[in-house]
Amino acid sequence: MRDVAIIGAGMIPFGRRDEDSLMEMLAYASLKALDDADLGDKSVDAVYVANMGGGMLQHQSAIASSLVDRLSLLPAAAETIENGPASGASALKNGLLAVASGYYDYVLVVGGEKMREVTGWRATDFVATMTHPQAEYPYGITLPGMGGMFTRLYMEKYGVTREHLLAVSLKNQEMGTLNPYAHVEMALDREGIFDSPHAIVNNPTSADPLHLYDLCPVSDGAAALVLCPLEMAKKLSKPPVLIAGFGQATDTHTLQERDDPTDLKAVTLAAQQAFERAKLKPSDIHVAELHDAFTILEIAESEHVGFFKKGEGGKAAAAGKTRLGGQIPINVSGGLKARGHPVGATGIAQVVDIVWQLRHELPKSRQVQKAQNGLTVNFGGFGNNVLAFVLKRVEQ
Amino acid sequence: MPVDMELEAVLRPMQYPMVPYPPKFITLANGKKMVIRQAAREDVPAILKSVHPCLFIERDYYDVVSARLYGELLAWYRYRVKSEYCLMGQVDGYLVGVVNGRMENEKVGMSYHTLAIDRGLRIGSHLFAAKMEYHMEYLNQDAVLIVAESPIGFRRWMIEYPLELTNIPHELGGGDSYRLTREIYFKAKPRLVVGDRPVPQELMDEAMADIKFADDDTIRERIAGLKGR
Repeated sequence: MRDVAIIGAGMIPFGRRDEDSLMEMLAYASLKALDDADLGDKSVDAVYVANMGGGMLQHQSAIASSLVDRLSLLPAAAETIENGPASGASALKNGLLAVASGYYDYVLVVGGEKMREVTGWRATDFVATMTHPQAEYPYGITLPGMGGMFTRLYMEKYGVTREHLLAVSLKNQEMGTLNPYAHVEMALDREGIFDSPHAIVNNPTSADPLHLYDLCPVSDGAAALVLCPLEMAKKLSKPPVLIAGFGQATDTHTLQERDDPTDLKAVTLAAQQAFERAKLKPSDIHVAELHDAFTILEIAESEHVGFFKKGEGGKAAAAGKTRLGGQIPINVSGGLKARGHPVGATGIAQVVDIVWQLRHELPKSRQVQKAQNGLTVNFGGFGNNVLAFVLKRVEQ
Repeated sequence: MPVDMELEAVLRPMQYPMVPYPPKFITLANGKKMVIRQAAREDVPAILKSVHPCLFIERDYYDVVSARLYGELLAWYRYRVKSEYCLMGQVDGYLVGVVNGRMENEKVGMSYHTLAIDRGLRIGSHLFAAKMEYHMEYLNQDAVLIVAESPIGFRRWMIEYPLELTNIPHELGGGDSYRLTREIYFKAKPRLVVGDRPVPQELMDEAMADIKFADDDTIRERIAGLKGR
């Protein structure tokens, strides 16, 4: 197997992109990554497209086939990867394996979603289609609903408080104001969303005990990466970023079948695999992008990947240990909470942000100094299909 | 424009006496303080400057809502509507939202429109709540008739309160009216109606000075731009 590097990374600003079709967003992000990779007269051998909802929301299928033509990348191989909100990381895994195996040298991986052309209700229902079709969905469960129940259990078992959730929310939205790609560029104020009696309207309960600002927004967006063998990447001008390790694990479809619903086994296993393959440990990571669709998930994942002991993640967030400059900066991009969560794009956007961090390309206000190793966790379903990547800067 | 006051006496509808809406302030999610106060008739030309750029924004039915609001405020300015009022929200002196309505009779209010000129801070929710507060707690009415012209309005008013559907036509046309009763209002009040009084003098002075307006491009970007809050 060959070592595989990321040589191109691109993203379009997330938000409400009424003027752009899904295909246009995917094309814009792809072109940015291809420009960044600076392939010269070479082209890509294969394209992997992550998308969850094109068939339902845009009534469009075979998205990858359409995109390669749009980008004049014919006759490159093309596939669409659907794995719920972990579609992005799944597409990257497929690209990684394709290059590592030696079958392809240059691969484009792109993910995108257009969710804002339907109402919030429809978008929530669309995301809920990943729940169990007999045991969960017919009873009206939504992902925020699952998030609320998970939070309640986590609070009871580990002593997480609303103060801890608030710390994540304030941090990520503050970082979002520094990220031009973020959907939400508004810093929140503790008084306005928590202390003041007016907060009951500003930050209402969404899925008790989660409140409005504990949830990520519904967004449009796309992000892309270009991969090639590390040996080829070393000849390029920019420092390549090695995909040092990946892991993927699954768990029961329904939450009720888990021995302990607060135990995100797939997160633990995926992270362990990624660390083992990278020959690194959690303390070697300098920056992480965790899947904070709900604030509780950032806290829980920070424990399950091994940054903190169980029950310590919330306290660490409140103590500022996960802020830029802290022990382990998490979601310096603003995370899903502020950058947004166009589901098919998210797993790739997380890696794009880490690539920029490891190349030391970000403005000082958002750059983790001397970052060498990064981690991403892309969380599918409610933790029933999780992928983790460990990325490593390679000095030229 | 010359005005024939003899004819005006015929054309102008009678007005119910309306107690003023006492101003209040609300801390928003971003920490800014929004003052909600009653607009004077003389404020209308200034308010219309902020409503105007919204006329051309299709997103979320801003064009329909702002066009109707524009007409309603103009008609109020020129004394062509019976017992209309307008409340406005200001942050740092800038106009961020407008609501209006009128008294259909002494016991029934008619809700007109809610226009949030800045978005993502629940300004529309706060202003609509202030409007209902005015009808119920200051005009002391029994009911307010309401219709929604956008899905957002339907979610915020009909579902969140929740309002009861009637078969009473609403004077804005469209569907049958939904109704806010005193019982519904006071049940919803603890979770939907907030604000502190009195407004600190410094905040009030800033609001009462010349109303500030964002430029047209800023307003369009806030309402229909890429970014959200």
